[in-house]
Amino acid sequence: MSEATLQASFSTVSQVELERNRVALDKDKRSEARAMFRLTLPAVAIIGLLMVVPIGWLLSMSFVNLDGQIGVDNYRLFFNEPVYRDMFISTFQIAFVVTAICILLGYPVAYLLAILPPPWSGLLMLAVLMPFWTSGLVRTFSWLIILQRNGLVNSALIGMGLVERPIPLVHNMTGTIIGMVHIMVPFLILPLYASMKAIDGNLMRAAANLGSTPAHAFRRVYLPLSMPGLIAGTIMIFVMCLGFYITPALLGGGKVKMIAQRIEESLSLYPTWGPASALAVLLLIVTAICLSISLYLVRRLSAGRE
Amino acid sequence: METHVSHRERLWLYIWVGLVIFYLIAPTLVVIPVSFTSTTSLLFPPPAWSTRWYEAFFGQEKWLAATWVSLRVALGTMIITTVAGIAASYALHVSGFRLSSAIRGMLISPLAVPSILIAVGIFFVYAMIGGLLNTITGMILAHSVVAMPFVILTMAAGFESYDMTQEMVARSLGANRFKAFMTVTLPQMKFSAATSMLLAFLVSFDELIISLMISSGPVATLPRVTFATLRDDVDPTLAAVSTLMLIVTCFPPVILHIVTNRARRKAGRDAG
Repeated sequence: MSEATLQASFSTVSQVELERNRVALDKDKRSEARAMFRLTLPAVAIIGLLMVVPIGWLLSMSFVNLDGQIGVDNYRLFFNEPVYRDMFISTFQIAFVVTAICILLGYPVAYLLAILPPPWSGLLMLAVLMPFWTSGLVRTFSWLIILQRNGLVNSALIGMGLVERPIPLVHNMTGTIIGMVHIMVPFLILPLYASMKAIDGNLMRAAANLGSTPAHAFRRVYLPLSMPGLIAGTIMIFVMCLGFYITPALLGGGKVKMIAQRIEESLSLYPTWGPASALAVLLLIVTAICLSISLYLVRRLSAGRE
Repeated sequence: METHVSHRERLWLYIWVGLVIFYLIAPTLVVIPVSFTSTTSLLFPPPAWSTRWYEAFFGQEKWLAATWVSLRVALGTMIITTVAGIAASYALHVSGFRLSSAIRGMLISPLAVPSILIAVGIFFVYAMIGGLLNTITGMILAHSVVAMPFVILTMAAGFESYDMTQEMVARSLGANRFKAFMTVTLPQMKFSAATSMLLAFLVSFDELIISLMISSGPVATLPRVTFATLRDDVDPTLAAVSTLMLIVTCFPPVILHIVTNRARRKAGRDAG
């Protein structure tokens, strides 16, 4: 329609009409943009009112001291009280160990997923997605059954004569880590697989053609090419680990305290929102920094490809 | 990708991946046999079989009420997020207005924010304004926050591979925009829309942390009641609940995955 009007205005060759057309088209475009903006409003309202605004408020609350004055007492608490120091240390420790194990377990799966031919890769993908779909609560509960004193793992270990009496596998750090790795592995495999899928298979063949052994070609060609995807995925699951609540609460048996549990506890412990919101802000900042790094790496990776 | 490496040379890789997949899938399945145990212990394998724990589940008001709450909340979340999410992703796709990238970022940001923070924030808002704490409506709105990014991402991927000129054609032939969208665009995006709905439903049905903060008593969700029971008195009813949750959350996606794959392959064949 706009083309027809344009042509019409060309034939009359009137400068005024051309100008009028341009104004009308601009107006159309603006009203279209406004209409489309209005369409996003319901979704924006939900996220804005229930997430963005409250988090901004948490940020401001974290600078209000117990006595109602503005200050950084809530943050000072973290340095002065050993409870908080221990909690930070164990949170980062757990996140670090879980992430490392996830890489060890996830990288080979992502690699095989990327190189397998269609029917097999589809099946493998289904196997990776299945736990992804399954309720985290159900998975945590099943670990409770398997890892308990007279559970499957302990009776197998005793049966094989590896240990004499049941070893404590759950209600401690070990159980927490086993359960968390189980939940996090698919979160590493999926982005890693996406980045590996983009690696040109001819590069490996070229390396072989030039006399490289498979292991050597993998180390010098494939691994470096998959590195940005690996780093981005690793940072992502590390950050997700920092905010974990369910698994440490259920499999940690009260001995493992991570930051999310502390936030929940201090909400019920203190009469004001200060300490909980300071912890929340801290978690948010760490998350934001890590995710920005990860996003930057992903961008650089895709920019390098083009 | 084919490589010059033989299957035998890669045997260790197959074994390692097989073990990882076993670790990912097998443990969860343990809840199924345990739910049919005849004893009060969570021993595996169960010494004898019975269905008493399913009877316990269906006979207890606390479980039935929680299931009913969860289903209602998940359904409500699904409706709100798919309607609002599809509208938003359509708008973001067809026109690049000034704020569009900021809005897109905002709508998927709940994925990046730890759920405990979202939970604390919503708890605060509800505590301030009143009337939404411990209500189904409040739960639905809260779950919509965490379900929204999944709808936005799924629909964006769908629009990406859809040719918008078809809708233009419909409109130039006289259909209004809404009708053109409903009769031309949406039917062709049915897999994306179905996936969005399913994801929104499941995210809500599974959600625990927000529910822990803002729902209690008669509006406690199934995960919340399960969590409380897991902490206080563990018994095989939990295994029965877990098995039922496994069925609800695990099978529909698998079926959808297979159906979509088959449709895609068929589309590929037809095109070729």
